Amino acid sequence: MVMIFGKPLILLYGQLTLGLINGAFYALLSLGLAVIFGLLNVINFAHGALFMLGAFVTWGLLQYLGIGYWAALVIAPIIVGAFGVVLEKLLIQRLHGLDHLYGLLLTFGCALVIEGLMRNEFGSSGVPYAIPSALRGPLNLGFMVLPLYRAWVVVAAAVVCLVTWLLIEKTRLGATLRAATENAPLVQAFGVNVPRLVTLTYGAGVGLAAFAGVLAAPMNSVNPNMGSNLIVVVFATVVIGGMGSILGSIVTGFGLGIVEGLTKVYYPEGSATVVFVVMVIVLLLRPAGLFGRAA
Amino acid sequence: MQLSRRLLLGTAAATAALPVRRVRAQDKTTIKIGVLNDQSGPYRDTGGRSSYYCAQQAVAEFQAQGFSVDVIIADHQNKPDIGAGIARQWYDRDGVDVILDVPTSSVALAIAGVAREKDKAYLNIGAATADLTGKQCAPCIVHWSYDTYMLAKSTGGATVRSGGDSWYFITADYAFGHQLQEQTTRFVTAAGGKVLGSSAYPFPGTTDFSSFLLQAQASGAKVLGLCNAGADTVNSIKQAKEFGLQARIAAMLMFITDVHALGLDVAQGLTLTESFYWDLNDRTRAFTERVKPRTPNNWPNMIHAGCYASTLHYLKAVTQIGVANAKQSGAAVVAAMKAMPTDDDAFGKGRIREDGMAMFPSYLFQVKTPAESKGPWDFYKQVSSYGPDEAWRPLAEGGCAFIKT
Repeated sequence: MVMIFGKPLILLYGQLTLGLINGAFYALLSLGLAVIFGLLNVINFAHGALFMLGAFVTWGLLQYLGIGYWAALVIAPIIVGAFGVVLEKLLIQRLHGLDHLYGLLLTFGCALVIEGLMRNEFGSSGVPYAIPSALRGPLNLGFMVLPLYRAWVVVAAAVVCLVTWLLIEKTRLGATLRAATENAPLVQAFGVNVPRLVTLTYGAGVGLAAFAGVLAAPMNSVNPNMGSNLIVVVFATVVIGGMGSILGSIVTGFGLGIVEGLTKVYYPEGSATVVFVVMVIVLLLRPAGLFGRAA
Repeated sequence: MQLSRRLLLGTAAATAALPVRRVRAQDKTTIKIGVLNDQSGPYRDTGGRSSYYCAQQAVAEFQAQGFSVDVIIADHQNKPDIGAGIARQWYDRDGVDVILDVPTSSVALAIAGVAREKDKAYLNIGAATADLTGKQCAPCIVHWSYDTYMLAKSTGGATVRSGGDSWYFITADYAFGHQLQEQTTRFVTAAGGKVLGSSAYPFPGTTDFSSFLLQAQASGAKVLGLCNAGADTVNSIKQAKEFGLQARIAAMLMFITDVHALGLDVAQGLTLTESFYWDLNDRTRAFTERVKPRTPNNWPNMIHAGCYASTLHYLKAVTQIGVANAKQSGAAVVAAMKAMPTDDDAFGKGRIREDGMAMFPSYLFQVKTPAESKGPWDFYKQVSSYGPDEAWRPLAEGGCAFIKT
């Protein structure tokens, strides 16, 4: 058996695959954050709570309306995205032009309120959600047996990341969005409704978080704290990738998942810390992040 | 500053009000019970408000003669410094006579120190650490419902006897997880089993356990021992099922609330240990019917039942030695609690040992299949049980200092 640093190669392949799957979540969530930060200049601390709402809406759709997983993949992001639009209209918009810190505090407060309300309603131990029957069962990759559902998660996340990136970088809509970030008054002068664009962008970023929530519901415990556990790592991903860089957050998300996966083999106790070690090193060498532009 | 008549009158009134409040706080005929637990974090459902309701239920049933009883509640947020701060304030300033529940071993041990120092009664139900009746024991402490030793002996021993003789542990990397793993290892090896490996994961903050599950699978162990609690246990089990793990899962600490969160589809077949189950006998069913209206979505587990039973027994002891004595010395009330036998609907008849351990049977349950379950929360079937004298760590092994003197 081929060994690398005392671990069988086959085990490492397995761990790399799992790391890639976790990376898919980091990428999806940090992508939403990057979109929101890039266009709104808001550090969206409510992202984890909105991710959690996505999972709970998925559960609620099945529990109360009998709507299954596949429909939830579309409906849940729309519902939570609409909630995001309301949030932006009512609260976040009012902080436009102020220091980042205000947006951060506001969204952090929103996250606490949302999580508190959900805890009050559903308790902290969570609700059950099963894997859809079409995605049950194993997928034999030769070096490991991967649950079909995890394979689906990677594919779905990668496709959504790619589509989002193409939308922003290659389409006319994306060009308008990017232009509005650079110089909002000028774009407005061309007849574009910039405030509405910003609101919808926030909704879309939130929708991405909710989509990740739907993907997570069958794998993880659906409970009100599920987002707050993830959000810190996701922020580190965004910082490492370069604040606001779409491509950066996608690549970094997948990359960090793999680094974390390898740490879980060699030194599991450090697997929560390794992301921040990477962050420190990156910030020392490239303060703007791997893909960021220096201010 | 201009001294107006209004200000003067106001100040006088305020000064007059102060001593009155102090007298009320140290009311000679009111016993004050403080329920201190997690109300916003991962252990909210295993303790939380339901513990408070169960304590109130005990007060309502007891109908104290000659004194009144007040139950208050606070959130320790699973932080030892916050918990110890509230405990000091309660004992010193707010006239609290007994602190109840206190899950999370680190917080529980911090409060044990405060209670010992101030000679105040401390009934711990929610924490797992066996040190409360061992190295950290005190004459004013009672530990009810469960501890790491009892869980390890019941689940660990039974699993090895039924063929699960090689283990892999997934362990939360803090005091509780390591203590549980160490004690389970002792029972596994004593019964002829062996431990093939373990992974300690960072707590809190881990949601994906697949990597550890893969390592467990690679080890070839027949049993996966989960030395964690709450959402971590739920996540581990959910993902173990997803990966089609061949090994049997022994959830070393799991409550009926966690089974409810998992759903029977995923949880069926698991074995776990509790000292209370609502459907155990007529008395437990009667107790559950009484508290259910207050906590309809969170039926009582062994922690909630322990809060009820220990409050009831405490009030009996207070009646026996008198309110004045009870308020003066926690050790005196606890001594009275140890001197008389316990009897309540949740645990039946029992006793409290010299070191503070409440002695009841422990039950090994298996989670029912969806087909076997006949109604809401109908989750367990009993596999085996240990009598009160076998379930707990022998007195001599605990190393409780005040027993020798």
